[in-house]
Amino acid sequence: MSPISILLVAIVALLAGMEGILDEFEFHQPLVACTLIGLVTGHLTEGIILGGSLQMMALGWANIGAAVAPDAALASVASAIIMVLALNGGATDTKTAISTSIAVAVPLSVAGLFLTMVCRTIAIPIVHIMDAAAERADFAAIDRWQIIAILMQGVRIMIPAVALCFIPAEVVTAALNAMPAWLSGGMSVGGGMVAAVGYAMVINMMESKEVWPFFIIGFVVAAISQLTLIALGLLGIAFALIYLGLKDLAKQGGGNGGGSGDPLGDILNNY
Amino acid sequence: MAEKITLSKKDRLDVCFRNQYTQGSWNYERMQNGGFCFAMIPAIKKLYTTKEDQSAALKRHLEFYNTHPYLTAPVLGVVLALEEDRANGAKIDDTAIQGVKVGMMGPLAGVGDPAFWFTVRPILGALGASLAMGGSIMGPILFFVAWNVIRWAFLWYTQEFGYKVGSNIAKDISGGLLGKVTEGASILGMFIIGALVERWVSISFTPVVSRITQAAGAYIDWAKLPAGSDGIKEALTQYNSIGATALDQVKVTTLQQNLDQLIPGLAAMGLTLLCCKLLKKKVSPIAIILGLFAFGIIGRLLNFM
Repeated sequence: MSPISILLVAIVALLAGMEGILDEFEFHQPLVACTLIGLVTGHLTEGIILGGSLQMMALGWANIGAAVAPDAALASVASAIIMVLALNGGATDTKTAISTSIAVAVPLSVAGLFLTMVCRTIAIPIVHIMDAAAERADFAAIDRWQIIAILMQGVRIMIPAVALCFIPAEVVTAALNAMPAWLSGGMSVGGGMVAAVGYAMVINMMESKEVWPFFIIGFVVAAISQLTLIALGLLGIAFALIYLGLKDLAKQGGGNGGGSGDPLGDILNNY
Repeated sequence: MAEKITLSKKDRLDVCFRNQYTQGSWNYERMQNGGFCFAMIPAIKKLYTTKEDQSAALKRHLEFYNTHPYLTAPVLGVVLALEEDRANGAKIDDTAIQGVKVGMMGPLAGVGDPAFWFTVRPILGALGASLAMGGSIMGPILFFVAWNVIRWAFLWYTQEFGYKVGSNIAKDISGGLLGKVTEGASILGMFIIGALVERWVSISFTPVVSRITQAAGAYIDWAKLPAGSDGIKEALTQYNSIGATALDQVKVTTLQQNLDQLIPGLAAMGLTLLCCKLLKKKVSPIAIILGLFAFGIIGRLLNFM
């Protein structure tokens, strides 16, 4: 990779790392991070495709309280770099490079998770420094340490990313080419199934007796391939509005009638 | 009291802008405390003039705090209103302010997680990703722009809302609106996840269930086609009327085709529900992911996937 590419990769990695904690602009989401890495290394289209495939896998990855979610930032940045190296080395076809990168992304997401835990621990002394600054009413110091803390999270991704850039492309390509067909084929089969884990995480967060029927409706309706995702989204919004409206109505009805919700029972009781 | 100090729109925009960096100093001790204090700085500078007051205010906002990063916005709004009253001489003590923060952060996190992480992001992400997998740059652009427009609008308007309503917001929260938003988001989210499971979890079992030699006329008899372009025309006509099974004399049915006849995506649904079960049993998601890769490799080795 050229020095300029490496510099730009470092910037993208820094942004992705900072976003991994901030979760605001979403530079760490595979769709954005892989596209940017592809853009600065001259493999834009492949980056976009990899980003899209990884995004499908990572849809349910979110930091919720103590729940452990794999880290999207390192997974997307590092796997995109590996893909670019493989493509630069030539000889491999794009499809294998992408599906292997997806498989590599998984252990990377675990490594990223570990690194973010380290950073969140280092942040403890940082807020203690802020305490001391607050004592002196030193605004500038608090600002400074907040920025340092954010940069620390960025560097967490930048260092591994830059290190990866220095692996010779031929080595990565050779490793990919040496892979037997059953391994790469099996990995792409596995990659097709992995999205289910992300969806399951989302389901477990939202599920209740009330909302399961909507899951079934969504599942069945999706088989109609003419419906785009936007159409499905509108359908979902309509269902939510109808349900909430009906629920409100049911509550009011119950209040006005003052009955037990069992008309026949009410008549018998009053008889 | 001299003239009343108020926070201008610019001050509030400053706070909102800084709020984007709230999570930067997230730590295991007091979580988002540093970020909250960081966001409050423009307001504290404006409202308090003596060193003691400034120091007290900074320390006040370095207390434990944690919620969904975007839903810090309405909390900031309310706290800005409270701090403004306090700076103007109203009797609002530290515990009142801390109480508002702690009282709001729990319920708000409960709305933010399903609404943003489990509804808006999966939907926008899936939309962008489905375009991106075809190699279209519109996928990432759409995701990035739509997300940030929604996010910024949310941050600014809810902060303004909190600022205007002030401490009364606590009543609104319990007034059921938030509950409805959460429920609506969950319904939409579950619906979309159901659709995504059908479309994007791909499992294909390749074992052949049956081979049937088809009767004459049910397939294209390639040897008897006229020569040249007439032959191609004839073949396409027959293909059009019979369908994919016309290509070979032997009709091959795989296990996957049988499953799809029951309902498309049944295996994907089963796998997703299995993952739900495993996750509930505290199996780490990473272990499940690695397991699936292993399963895929074994499946390919033994030739059933």
